[in-house]
Amino acid sequence: MIRAVMDVRDISRHFGDLVAVDHVSFQVERGAIFGLLGPNGSGKSTMIRMLCGVLEPTSGQASVLGYDVARDAESIKRRIGYMSQSFSLYADLTARENLEFYGRIYGLEPARLAERMRAVEALTSLDGHLDQLAGTLSGGWKQRLALACALIHEPEVLFLDEPTAGIDPVARRDLWDLLFALAGRGVTLFVTTHYMDEAERCSDIAYIDNGELVVCGKPEDVKRLSGVTPQGTRRWELEAPGPAETLSRVRKIEGVRDATLFGQAIHLLVSNDLSEATLLAKLNLSSDTASLRPIAATLEDVFVTLTRATQERLAAHSDAASHPKGSIAPAKVNPEPISAA
Amino acid sequence: MWGFQAIFLKEFSHIRREPATLLFMFVIPVIQTLIFGFAIQTEIENIPTVVYDLDGRQHGRELIESFANTRTFQIVDRVLDEDSFRRYLTSGRAKVGVRIPPRFSERLMRGEQVDVQVLIDGSDSQVATTALNSTNLLGIARSQQLVRAMIDRLPIVPARNAVGRATLPIEMRPRLLYNPDLQSSHFFVPGLVGIILQLVTLFLTAFAIVRERELGTLEQLFVTPVGRVGLLLGKLIPYAIVGFLEALIVLNVMIYVFGVPVHGGIPLLLTLANLFLLCSLGLGLLVSTLARTQLQAMQFAFLLMLPSVLLSGFVFPRTSMPLPIYFVTFAIPATYFVEILRGIVLRDADFADLIPQVIGLAICCVAILALSLSRFRKQLA
Repeated sequence: MIRAVMDVRDISRHFGDLVAVDHVSFQVERGAIFGLLGPNGSGKSTMIRMLCGVLEPTSGQASVLGYDVARDAESIKRRIGYMSQSFSLYADLTARENLEFYGRIYGLEPARLAERMRAVEALTSLDGHLDQLAGTLSGGWKQRLALACALIHEPEVLFLDEPTAGIDPVARRDLWDLLFALAGRGVTLFVTTHYMDEAERCSDIAYIDNGELVVCGKPEDVKRLSGVTPQGTRRWELEAPGPAETLSRVRKIEGVRDATLFGQAIHLLVSNDLSEATLLAKLNLSSDTASLRPIAATLEDVFVTLTRATQERLAAHSDAASHPKGSIAPAKVNPEPISAA
Repeated sequence: MWGFQAIFLKEFSHIRREPATLLFMFVIPVIQTLIFGFAIQTEIENIPTVVYDLDGRQHGRELIESFANTRTFQIVDRVLDEDSFRRYLTSGRAKVGVRIPPRFSERLMRGEQVDVQVLIDGSDSQVATTALNSTNLLGIARSQQLVRAMIDRLPIVPARNAVGRATLPIEMRPRLLYNPDLQSSHFFVPGLVGIILQLVTLFLTAFAIVRERELGTLEQLFVTPVGRVGLLLGKLIPYAIVGFLEALIVLNVMIYVFGVPVHGGIPLLLTLANLFLLCSLGLGLLVSTLARTQLQAMQFAFLLMLPSVLLSGFVFPRTSMPLPIYFVTFAIPATYFVEILRGIVLRDADFADLIPQVIGLAICCVAILALSLSRFRKQLA
């Protein structure tokens, strides 16, 4: 709590009837790479906007670097950086002009600006592209420039809204290397993404769906949550020829709770009653043609399971609402969100 | 004021990088001034006229002659039958048809009153009105000539002139002030300075802000500590400077190309131009708060420009507008500025002469700025 750079308590944001963020609480430690995950329209951008002090919460409280987002937004803005989802630099200005512009916006003195420009250029290796118009840079270089602009005033917290959307895999990896370097220097990073491999690189993750925080914690803790691999079940990876066709057959087998395609393999959530031999026999496969091995849950498994549970719960609720006599309330499947702090 | 300098400098980089903007700012206004100034000619002359003379004798010929001499009418043909006469009018080859009745000369000499039928194509009201007035004047003048010759010999006449000849009792002596040659460029070009000033500043400011919203850079700016005042002034002042240069260019075109001298004080003119400029910047800001995209901004800006062009008195006199529309014209800033421009340029009006217009413009300015600033603030919040 003392070391928390961000402290979000029971925050909500409504747009008319739409509840974009619904009573969310979490903390972020200094130097963390905090990943906020969730499907499109789940409230990630709304959350970032509230934390950056550009959108007031409807209810609840949040502080960033000790400043309240509603009352002290301007103090927050001076000490944070923000890199948005879409390329939002001035395409008709050169990389250097963009950097100078943001430096001046933050009120950097000429000498300090020159020093900071050298620093961010070195960090992002932009040196060779300074006099190019920002609009003519390739996707990866645009992101580097955007990052450099967001870092020009040496912020303590950096918000990145889907920073790798639409850039190639190499540029994506390079960008992440940069982010690790920054975190190593004590900059706190708050990243939204829907790439699961990026989620695995975060030191802390939160998953938000329909404005509600579904789960929050260290990736390894989240994977061990009881709701993810319920009591009496196991996770297996099945490798077999024709996985797509096998998938539809495996789903029909009794004891198989869930089956998802993962590349050329199928991830299964099966009841402990079902033995390996029975499963293979039911699929007409032998251990020569197919392999079955126990695995730990991935983050994707976590989110798929938790989202599904939430949806089932919501569907059951609306069912109960439309048929008031149906008295059976479904058991709540998802675990209580655990705090990262 | 935080961030003002940064945004101010950046706007000039944008302007420098965008050749289309430079063209729009400095070339288009000059072209527009030239087109408007040279093409709009409100003096109506040489209306094509067809004559059907059933008399064919001296008085008939003299009447036709006097039609031609007015320069308002141009005799395009003399026809010999009713059918071709009608055909000229229905085909539009002639806008006026004069039919002189049979025995016109004979009946005049006998002292009978004779009707001359003049058919006027009323489709274009301006042309028709001019033709109508000229025809009436012509009839009176011809009658006067005939009457004067006769009454001179009578013992009692309505009035006699200095040399003792019979004449009409009242002689009007009109004198044209400020634009004695009735050149329409003297009337239009000063007003055009105001219209172009508004056009350019309105579009440039609206686009400058909406473009940032469309590109997402405005959202990026909101995350920085840039202050509202700094953002606003940084965005508006560059275009105010451009607008002012603009006004100077168009004034120079007016003076040196159209030969319209400025009779009044240039410092007063430029001071009031700045007040109007502030108004146009406010309108641009208002458009930017209404529009989400540059296309919408363009549509809104046109919507605002139309009344400024059509109802401000720039083209059509406000006094002849229907009463409800006449009241609307008081809400248009261009109304006051067009009057101020014409006052200073043509009539050597000084500040005291223009106080009502200056007050009107100032009220518009305050109202527009208050409205657009309050909307702009809400969107930032």
